[in-house]
Amino acid sequence: MRAPTEEEDRIAAAAARRRQWRDAALTHAVLLLGVLAVVFPIWIALVGSTHDASTIGRGDVPLLPGDEAVGNYVAALTGTGAGRFRASPAALMLWNSALMALLIACGKIAISLLSAYAIAFFSFPGRMLAFWAIFLTLMLPVEVRIIPTYQVIVDLDLFDSMTGLTVPLMASATATLLFRQFFLTVPDEVVEAAKIDGAGPLRFLRDILLPLSVTNIAALFVILFIYGWNQYLWPLLVVSDRSLETVVVGLTRMIGTGDAQNEWNVIMATAVLALLPPVAVVVAMQRWFVRGLTETEK
Amino acid sequence: MQRKVIFRGTALPLLLLAPQLAVTAVFFLWPAGVAVYQSVLQQDPWGLRTEFVGLRNFAEVLADPDWRTAAGNTAVFSTAVAGLAMGIALMLAVQADKAIRGARVYRTLLIWPYAVAPAVAAVLWLFLFHPSIGLIGRALNANGFPWDPRLNGNQAMLLVIGAAAWKEVSYNFIFFLAGLQAIPRSVLEAAAIDGARPVRRFWTVVFPLLSPTTFFLLVVNLVYAFFDTFGIIHALTSGGPGNATTTLIYKVYVEGVQNTNLGSSAAQSVILMLLVVTLTMIQFRFIERRVHY
Repeated sequence: MRAPTEEEDRIAAAAARRRQWRDAALTHAVLLLGVLAVVFPIWIALVGSTHDASTIGRGDVPLLPGDEAVGNYVAALTGTGAGRFRASPAALMLWNSALMALLIACGKIAISLLSAYAIAFFSFPGRMLAFWAIFLTLMLPVEVRIIPTYQVIVDLDLFDSMTGLTVPLMASATATLLFRQFFLTVPDEVVEAAKIDGAGPLRFLRDILLPLSVTNIAALFVILFIYGWNQYLWPLLVVSDRSLETVVVGLTRMIGTGDAQNEWNVIMATAVLALLPPVAVVVAMQRWFVRGLTETEK
Repeated sequence: MQRKVIFRGTALPLLLLAPQLAVTAVFFLWPAGVAVYQSVLQQDPWGLRTEFVGLRNFAEVLADPDWRTAAGNTAVFSTAVAGLAMGIALMLAVQADKAIRGARVYRTLLIWPYAVAPAVAAVLWLFLFHPSIGLIGRALNANGFPWDPRLNGNQAMLLVIGAAAWKEVSYNFIFFLAGLQAIPRSVLEAAAIDGARPVRRFWTVVFPLLSPTTFFLLVVNLVYAFFDTFGIIHALTSGGPGNATTTLIYKVYVEGVQNTNLGSSAAQSVILMLLVVTLTMIQFRFIERRVHY
């Protein structure tokens, strides 16, 4: 076998470079196409929210933003448009959504942390029963028990209240399982040392376990905030009072039957406002978000 | 599993568990029990008398042509959503896993639609595909392709599938990317040295190693398509035209909330519960296996 000549080496290297370049170009092309498909509906919503209603009503949605943004967003936030399917002012609906999402996220984290602590660090009769009862909630999403849960809300006089909107969604098997999993990895020595130093169970929880759980809490918060913000069926069922309307439900009410004569510019402004907070949370806390997502689902 | 070093006491742990157990009992277990109970009862139209009818509600539901249509719609819808969302996500994840410039930017741009609510996704898609004002809907009509999802059931189905899959791609992307990054580089290099071409390398080495992720995502995507897409269907088509996009969940909602047919609605709920229980069991059995190998 003869060694390749310099000339052959050069040709081979050039071919490899070309192939590499072509592969990279293909990779970028696929990814750009994916990003385009993902971003396009939102871009058009943004564009739609910056034109006047008649431009959209004629069916001439341009590809670039117009100059009506301020008026449209003010109309959306204050609810002063003249549409037939007028919802509450978006400012109020955003406030309701934020409050609901925060209460659900914090409530879920708090009660799951406490129950995981009880299950992981104590031995008491009924421990496994409690564990399985919590685990069962995983198999009972709102969607499969709509009517009886609604009846409970009515019986407890929680219809049209923030309590009725949030408390029933606070039980969380996934958060409990995640905290329990994490608590089981805390070394026995740490518990021993705390006990020898005279720390009681509540002191241990507050001064040692809670600081150790901060990362998990942050990761869970991102996931649960989005979960809360994006609730749809539940608010639709238990709230009819417009002053408690959330932005996701209010937005779809503005659509009505989807008529071309709707004030689509204001609707799109409301849509952008409705998706901005959870998207901002994901982008700002991307590291926690990916972690929270991949860990809660394990 | 149980820790060795634990605290003593019964009252304190029960107190700590109380909030979670109270919510679980009042809003989960009790309503689920009521659903099961109501599913074997029948009320007369005036709500005066209730009698035990055994499994008759179930038999009626299963024989109801509308319910069967909804079951068929659900099968088509969830298969299409899971297939599309997973296929596209896998393709994108494989590309994003390569060492290229801007990989992080691509990742961020592909991840965030996870945060968009299903109902909001529906509004965005309606705005794009509206037959008279939507950018794409109008373009279709202008180019000799009659498009109106409000009249054409198949087009309505395509629209809800598109919106539902669009929203779910980012979730699958995150998991596929995590799965790809967990594959040891040495395995890939060994395959490359053996002379396997990239496409062959993917199907014989990478894809089998991804199978736990794929299977997990399949279950999650089916659950998503069954239950979490209520908002998309409600906002986009209201189950119509006709019953073309009525899925099982949408039907339970319509029967229970609008028609207030309790026995039938409860029987449908119980059937769906069995479905979730089965899917959750499959998921957990599978995860246990993965943990133990």
